[in-house]
Amino acid sequence: MIAAAIAVGLQLGQLLLVLLLAPLLTGIVRKLKARMLARKGPPVLQPYRDLAKLLRKEAVVAENASWLFRAAPYLMFALLWLAAALVPTFTTRLPLSAAADLIALVGLLASARFLQALAGVDVGTSFGGIGASREMMIASLAEPAMLMVVFTVALFIHSTSIPAIAEFVLHNDVGLRVSFALGLISLIMVAVAETGRIPVDNPATHLELTMVHEAMVLEYSGRHLALVEAAQMLRIMFYMALIASVFVPWGLAGQGARIEDVGIGVAAFLGKLLAGAVLLAIFEVSIAKMRVFRVSEFLGVALLLGLLATIFLYVSQSA
Amino acid sequence: MLRGLHFDIAHTLSVSVLLFSFALLYQRRIMGVLNAFALQALMVAAAAAWQAYSQEAPHLYATAGIALVLKALVVPIALKRIIMRLGIHRAIETVIEVNGTLLAGVGLVALSILLVFPVAQDSAALTRENLAIALSIVLIGLLMMITRRNAVTQVVGFMSLENGLVLAAVGVQGMPLVVEMSIAFSVLVAFIVFGMFFFRIRERFDTLDLQYLESFRGDRGQDHRP
Repeated sequence: MIAAAIAVGLQLGQLLLVLLLAPLLTGIVRKLKARMLARKGPPVLQPYRDLAKLLRKEAVVAENASWLFRAAPYLMFALLWLAAALVPTFTTRLPLSAAADLIALVGLLASARFLQALAGVDVGTSFGGIGASREMMIASLAEPAMLMVVFTVALFIHSTSIPAIAEFVLHNDVGLRVSFALGLISLIMVAVAETGRIPVDNPATHLELTMVHEAMVLEYSGRHLALVEAAQMLRIMFYMALIASVFVPWGLAGQGARIEDVGIGVAAFLGKLLAGAVLLAIFEVSIAKMRVFRVSEFLGVALLLGLLATIFLYVSQSA
Repeated sequence: MLRGLHFDIAHTLSVSVLLFSFALLYQRRIMGVLNAFALQALMVAAAAAWQAYSQEAPHLYATAGIALVLKALVVPIALKRIIMRLGIHRAIETVIEVNGTLLAGVGLVALSILLVFPVAQDSAALTRENLAIALSIVLIGLLMMITRRNAVTQVVGFMSLENGLVLAAVGVQGMPLVVEMSIAFSVLVAFIVFGMFFFRIRERFDTLDLQYLESFRGDRGQDHRP
């Protein structure tokens, strides 16, 4: 009985943790980027204030918008919140762990993306259409690359469940695996493309012909926009948590963890997020945005790295 | 455990040399190609130094030093100066699209693994994998020479091919230093010859695009004869 209560408590804690930390993560990345460019930048807590303000504002909906336009933000937000909450952040012993399957997560993200693109074309503005079409182009290239990484990991560990992968990496002497290194680079490239960061998309721009994500959500306002923005923040959180739990699971509270281990897990997760934010900020200020038509080459490289990872996995296994 | 770590680090270093081969194919600017080439040579030097340490073969440190000084520093800097002096167009013109070349590159990696594995069945796992990776670097170097029009990028392709040879040489136990030295110096000589050629080609045709040279090829130039 008590064990069940603790388990449910942990799961709820995880749900709240990802939701509450996501804006902070975005705020930290923005602040770091601004400091590196010798600007002061908005305060770290600014994303919370933005969201709170948007939630209070009236939601203006275009006249010819269908129910889909209004429903999409809620569904997207729910899908991404679920995805981010399924990834083990501080412990692998969660009641919903059984559902934390890599392929299921790819599916959740794809559904959210599908809804976003549909909402983008729903109103019938040219910006929404161009954003949606570009988003679909990026998705069609990023998803195979992501699946290649998933297959590589699954072939090696014989499981696509993230808690099982994390436990395996924690308790076995995996060593320095070339396939994992290639998979990590590939997954980072996919994450950069899917979360719409530089060099694929510029998250700081609102009116530019090259924008992708902002073009799709241009018609949203008020609470709808707040949900869309929160979903985007959760997406960054999701990818950081995913990379952390698959490739650097150290600190995760595993089997038979006590309450102190959970504390260590939370601290380790916060540390990993901070490290991820610093690396993302450095990466973003050091390169320029690429042309939209070069994105296919960028993601082609991600797919290629995934392929190489699989090839070298077979090579090492037969050795 | 220590044995495993030695293996893993050697393996990672050789795969990173291979990755820079792909980076060479991915670049669109000549300066980017030269930077990628310098980094590849740096990785070759690191791989050689690691092999020297783990095989306890001090002469491999010399190989690492040659790779570091000549190929990671002298050649890229010299090529950059040549490009600056010639003032040539710095975008790369490709025969096949970049994505196509990259795919062909992956095909070549698979091909060299399929080739090397049956041949080197009896040798140690590390030697076998190193040979497969080295062969793919050589093949990708050739691919780069085929698919890039500019003379500078062709030279870089040739040099990265040579990086693959050095990688193969350091991975095999008992390769004498003389062989490596001769490879390194012959490449340096080749580089000097190439440098002279650049100036000659440039003087005559005002460009380094080899397409203009093709009309002088024997099989096409037949109708010029009386």
